[in-house]
Amino acid sequence: MPVLDVDGLRTYYKTLRGDVKAVDGVSFDVEKGQALGIAGESGCGKTTLALTILRLLPSGAKIVAGTVIFDGTSLGSLRDDEIRKIRWKGISLVFQGAMNALNPVFNVGDQIVEAIKTHEPDTSSKEAWRRAEDLLETVGIERSRATNYPHEFSGGMKQRALIAMALALNPLMLIADEPGTALDVIVQAQVLKLMRELKEKLNLSMILISHDLSILAETSDKLAIMYAGKFVEYGDVKEVFKEPLHPYTQGLVGAFPKINEPRKKLLSVPGSPPDLLNPPTGCRFHPRCPYAMDICRQEEPLLKNEGSGDHQVACWLYK
Amino acid sequence: METVTKTTVGDSGGQPIVVRVEDLTKWFPLKTGLLKSIFSTEQPFVRAVDGINFEIHRKEIFGLAGESGSGKTTTGRLIVRLLEPTKGKVVFDGKDITKLSDRELKPIRRRIQIVFQDPYESLNPRMTLKEIVAEPLRVQKICKTEDELEERVKAILRDVELVPPEEFLYRYPHELSGGQRQRIATARAFVLQPDLIVADEPVSMLDVSIRAEILNLMLNLVQKYETSFLFITHDLAVSRHMCDRLGIMYLGEIVETGPTEKVIGNSLHPYTQSLIAAVPVPDPSSRRTGDVLSGEIPSPVNPPPGCRFHTRCPYAHMRCTSEPPRLVDVEPDHKVACHLYDGVSPSLS
Repeated sequence: MPVLDVDGLRTYYKTLRGDVKAVDGVSFDVEKGQALGIAGESGCGKTTLALTILRLLPSGAKIVAGTVIFDGTSLGSLRDDEIRKIRWKGISLVFQGAMNALNPVFNVGDQIVEAIKTHEPDTSSKEAWRRAEDLLETVGIERSRATNYPHEFSGGMKQRALIAMALALNPLMLIADEPGTALDVIVQAQVLKLMRELKEKLNLSMILISHDLSILAETSDKLAIMYAGKFVEYGDVKEVFKEPLHPYTQGLVGAFPKINEPRKKLLSVPGSPPDLLNPPTGCRFHPRCPYAMDICRQEEPLLKNEGSGDHQVACWLYK
Repeated sequence: METVTKTTVGDSGGQPIVVRVEDLTKWFPLKTGLLKSIFSTEQPFVRAVDGINFEIHRKEIFGLAGESGSGKTTTGRLIVRLLEPTKGKVVFDGKDITKLSDRELKPIRRRIQIVFQDPYESLNPRMTLKEIVAEPLRVQKICKTEDELEERVKAILRDVELVPPEEFLYRYPHELSGGQRQRIATARAFVLQPDLIVADEPVSMLDVSIRAEILNLMLNLVQKYETSFLFITHDLAVSRHMCDRLGIMYLGEIVETGPTEKVIGNSLHPYTQSLIAAVPVPDPSSRRTGDVLSGEIPSPVNPPPGCRFHTRCPYAHMRCTSEPPRLVDVEPDHKVACHLYDGVSPSLS
């Protein structure tokens, strides 16, 4: 049984001009110990998807349809105090822009202790502090640094401390929104290595969200490509990179300068993502697609199996 | 895929030098408390840039790469003289520009332009795109009439592929996407047809899918206007794609420099090697297995003695902790500052 099963999820933001369809019919599941990478441009709905799973949406947003089943429980029907128990203990979230997610006036250890004591009130202060130190050690920060304040940490250490915090209650699943962005190459490589090691050691299930395919290539088992609120391609990460099927995925893969290959003209995906108030008819990618046909403008393609394994694509080029 | 044909790849000879940096140094004084300043005679400094040398030829793209805190941005700002160097020279077109007064500098400013990292902060939100792009032309009093000015602006907007330009002239920055904003910043830099452009991490704030477009655009413009380019980046994959020659910076010093193919294809300095190893590979079947460099860049206030990299270097030995290595030729036009290669140097240098 998968740890997380998402089916037909739709989240719209209500605005005066109409609904912004940020997540528009997304289904997937994540197995135990598996990492799913979700890639897409800014504004394609990937962060909204993460917030929808944990029901952390701002007031203007509404989950219009779909179910989220986590570890056998349907999250959509839970009361507020019940879902609060799932957050952090069941699924924890490492936010984007980790640099600014720590409270500057408390030391790092106390911030971890606060999370532990809120969810497990029976824990003694001494025990909670010891666990906080253990967690920091797990992510490669010295125990003695628990008494430091966030400004005494470098960017990479803050990111590590946040990962430690996310792991404080032994969650089944970790969602990381842009875990490597805004970090320097070397520090980024250190953080990604840490995430891989933690996944192995703790048998964590993960959802990793990024616009950078190379980060996901390094950390994920499955890869989903999201465009304008929908998945357009899904499959084993190796398959998707070896044989990208959707023209959008092909564009994304070709847009990378590769360090181990000779200089080439980079491919790019011309144009910009569509306005989700009025998404294009038919396939939402057709205004930017080099292969657009008549049918693409009229009918919406659905995700279908294509090629080997569970490789799926939503594109009329494949019938 | 079409390969980029660039005449300057690997050969910097033949073309005249546009800018030469000699022993360029910038130390920022560190503020200390009152008591400390009374009882201590030593003024601490942040040694952001510490005696670097390089040159950029005409039509050449020179890349500076390194982690944050290595001094790349400070170097860029020193060259456009947004900062005054503590020591050393910036020789532009045969003339030392570090001592020039503001008035003497004005004609030089026309020939050196800069593109900043964050297009959300570098464009004035109250100005129309036309005013933003036209401002350098107005400051330098290039166009005699308004019509001529508008034509220049339209032409450069076409160059950066914001077409039709009429549609963009009277819009404001907030109406543009990040990629379009960076196109405007690029247009503003190229509108004076300068001899040298400093681009400080021009794509690091952009989505990966948009990066490729901006990089291709910059390559095309450099060829069209025969501009020299100083390209500052922390991403070696990007610099491999863009640059003819590269300098790798660590704690204010250049530790390796040479043609891009040699610096990346045959990297010698352990720091360059670990930077390359840290670049994520967009191919899951060749996932990195090697060790990632541990630790972080030390403080530039008290840089380690000897080789500044010795605290993180896997090959460090006794000599590295005391004696700073010099930048020496290891093969023609490929310099490295590392004691591992000292034995090779005497015959060549």
